[in-house]
Amino acid sequence: MFTRLLTSALFAGAAAGLIIALLQLFFVQPVLLHAELYEGGDLVHFGTDSTVSATPELPGFDAVRDGLSIIFTMLIYSGYAMILVALMSLAESRGAVINARAGLVWGVAGFVAVHLAPGFTLAPEVPGVAAADVYERQIWWFATVLTAAIAMWLIAFSRSWAGWGAAVVLLLAPHVIGAPEPEVFTGPVPTEIGALFASRALGIGLAAWVMLGAFAGFFWSRESEATGQAQTV
Amino acid sequence: MNVETATATQTTSASALVSVFAIAALGLGVIFLAGHVQAGTLHDAAHDVRHATGFPCH
Repeated sequence: MFTRLLTSALFAGAAAGLIIALLQLFFVQPVLLHAELYEGGDLVHFGTDSTVSATPELPGFDAVRDGLSIIFTMLIYSGYAMILVALMSLAESRGAVINARAGLVWGVAGFVAVHLAPGFTLAPEVPGVAAADVYERQIWWFATVLTAAIAMWLIAFSRSWAGWGAAVVLLLAPHVIGAPEPEVFTGPVPTEIGALFASRALGIGLAAWVMLGAFAGFFWSRESEATGQAQTV
Repeated sequence: MNVETATATQTTSASALVSVFAIAALGLGVIFLAGHVQAGTLHDAAHDVRHATGFPCH
């Protein structure tokens, strides 16, 4: 059982992670590098001479830096895949059908729990923006992801209004309570870059989770089939 | 006989549940290490990914 879970998760996480890393390098990394020019003070806007080119020359592919990004993306999505496959197998043991097609919906739910719910109040941050203490934000992030994940499970599998009502409360609570915010805004990065970064990060997040869900569903059902056949023989 | 079968099924589902928790805990550990630990080297190596993935970063 453990081996089956691990194998499916690693295949799904590595495959999705590699594609996502390439998408991030192409769509998100240039925005991040652009923001770092403002973070480091190479570019300044709002000055007396505030005509700054919106399309500066950016450093290209950096083998070490971007190679590490690829490895860490694959690691993070393998981690997510382990949790996803664990939940899928729990749902399957309670009668749910798990395959690549069902995995698409699981992926959308995962995106809501891990990206959209925390990003609704703590938008994906570009380097250089003002933010509250990182540990306080991490606690809020984990709490929000956990409550949103429980809410997604309740929406999918609850059969009563009480369950669905609890899901709504869980989804709203972190945002009504509020996330740790900075006391003053000191970010030197133009809002145009910050907004583009947030929407790119969320867009890639959705693509990432839809792929991860489909791959996890595919590999999990394939592993189950293989085990089932082995047992029959 | 029935009792034995029931016990066997329970043991199987109990060990399956242990596997499910083990893999979920492992996944959580990986997410925590790669995405959230603030130690210098780890933070620098994972910096771009943490931002792109929407994790709180420095």
